[in-house]
Amino acid sequence: MDIAFLIELTINGALTGLMYGLVALGIVLIYKSSGVPNLAQGAMVMIAAYLVWMVAGWLGAPVVVALLVAVLGMFLFGMLTERVLLRRMVGQPIIMVVMLTLGLESLLRGLGPGLLGAAPKSLDLGIDMMPIIVGDVFINREYLIGGAIGALMIGLALFFFRTRLGTKLLAVSDDHVSSWSVGISVERAVAVSWGLAGVAAVAAGVMWGSVQGVDWSLTTLLFPAVAVVILGGLDSIHGVLVAGLVVGILGSVVPGYVDPLVGGGTRDVVTSLIILLTILFRPHGIFGREEIERV
Amino acid sequence: MFYRQSGIHHTRYAATRKLWPLAADRRLLGGLLALALLAPLLLPELYLNSYLAPWLIWTAAALSLTLLMGIAGQLHFGFAAVMAIGAYTSIHLARAGVPFELALIGAGLAAALIGCVFGAAALRVKGLYLVMATLAMQYLVSWVIINVPVISGGAQATLATPEVRLLFIPLDGDTALYYTALGWTLICTLLLLNIKRSSVGRALVAVRDKDFAAAVIGVDPLRYKLLAFFTSSFLGGVSGAILAFCYYQAVTPEQFGFNVSIQLVAMVLVGGLGSVIGAYLGAGFILLLPIVLTNLLAWVAGLELFPVSFNLIAHIPLMVYGALIIAVILFEPLGLAKIYDNIRKYFLVWPFRHAQR
Repeated sequence: MDIAFLIELTINGALTGLMYGLVALGIVLIYKSSGVPNLAQGAMVMIAAYLVWMVAGWLGAPVVVALLVAVLGMFLFGMLTERVLLRRMVGQPIIMVVMLTLGLESLLRGLGPGLLGAAPKSLDLGIDMMPIIVGDVFINREYLIGGAIGALMIGLALFFFRTRLGTKLLAVSDDHVSSWSVGISVERAVAVSWGLAGVAAVAAGVMWGSVQGVDWSLTTLLFPAVAVVILGGLDSIHGVLVAGLVVGILGSVVPGYVDPLVGGGTRDVVTSLIILLTILFRPHGIFGREEIERV
Repeated sequence: MFYRQSGIHHTRYAATRKLWPLAADRRLLGGLLALALLAPLLLPELYLNSYLAPWLIWTAAALSLTLLMGIAGQLHFGFAAVMAIGAYTSIHLARAGVPFELALIGAGLAAALIGCVFGAAALRVKGLYLVMATLAMQYLVSWVIINVPVISGGAQATLATPEVRLLFIPLDGDTALYYTALGWTLICTLLLLNIKRSSVGRALVAVRDKDFAAAVIGVDPLRYKLLAFFTSSFLGGVSGAILAFCYYQAVTPEQFGFNVSIQLVAMVLVGGLGSVIGAYLGAGFILLLPIVLTNLLAWVAGLELFPVSFNLIAHIPLMVYGALIIAVILFEPLGLAKIYDNIRKYFLVWPFRHAQR
């Protein structure tokens, strides 16, 4: 048992987990305001990464400009999705809403690579590839920056819910009808939450795109993100932070030791087991609000 | 389909409770059945084994899933994993020398048992959480199949189906395979039609609509949810086995991946939740539309008016599934079956549409 190996796995896992948190953040923002589980968030991350790549890689614009364009573009994309697709689903059974977002996921997963080419595109943010070496521990710089941005975005989201607009969103997440009755535009609040999810998708897309290249495989981030969301609680921002760390660390340490024994791929198993066990023992997650059903 | 109802008077309850109360319906279905039976004589082999047989088998799979999703209201996003369990079990049993008939039943039982273990999660949660639990099942089953060499025959291996006989007839030619697929689909169809009009079916529908309310009127939701999971997984497992033996003839884990689960859900949803004819229409639509569109695009590319990349053509099916699911949910949540039903009802009373019931 090599202690440095364990520390390395833990640190890199924690940083990856914070980056999963970036993807999960979008899902939580949307679920909190409208009760829609957005299974298209992984595809939105991919679209955001393609957008950054198009502006920075194709047109040769500086990364900062590309980021600004992407943030604006994805904000509009999120609001448009809500306006065109989800708004018509209000009051429909949850299966229809879930299937709609899955349909959107499938559509985007075909559109992006179909139009722009399936080969992975590299997204260079100018981050040094040399790992940081502390003692015997190697830390990937991209993960470090990604983790930092993840923590920052989660912090920003927490802060956002203390602002005026954020308070409105909180009210909307509590009850749509009573929010209407005090003059809050529920439609606008839900649209804004979709826009913000689009912005979170840009952060996730840029960081994951620079780590593993921009292609359809970015959509598979949905699965760990779902684990984070389920474990943390569907409507909890704190939950994203804590569960992100848990999913990331377990998803790095367990495969680190078990993968050589069974031949790889245990990360998905760990993620699946986290989802299953959470659903079996505490369906509303660590911090989520327990749903009480009226008969 | 296009005939009047005038002059048809049922005088006994038994007559109205028949599977098809209208004589014209029975004649139409008899004609369709005759066509299906004569298909090996009428169609070239290519159409038989690359369009008709897969359509029938996927219909059987969609029927098994619609029993769970449409009638019992339990979402399942890992149905490809259920089919994979059935396919691998049947192949291993057949390889071990078990008769094919028993191997099929074994496949169904294995799929049903493992399906029930995950379905047990359904007893505690519903809706979104059930989606996530079955999604986790998809990944777990795929991983086990890939990583246990005894099951998959090695990491990248394909497992060929052995030579088998069904009811003493060797399954080697296209015709024999086609009739096997047809037979299984007919069994599934009749089973579903009869479940829907029996007390079990009505109990399942009660659980779907509101499980607490069902409990109040004396339907045990726990029992019926498990029953739905068991039956549906059994049928799904056998469909997977039939798919492996009658169509693929060599299986790899990728043939039963997450995308296939989505494809199955799309078939059920596009066809119409809980509808038997919808399963036929949905499976046909989801299977054929990408082929048609791909051919169309290839034809457009052949004209060389503007560049169409192969890459775009390769991604057509994904886009089509997505767009179809979105369009159906937005415009006709009851799917193609409802569209068919609307047209049928219109013509039943045509030209006196105000008499529509």
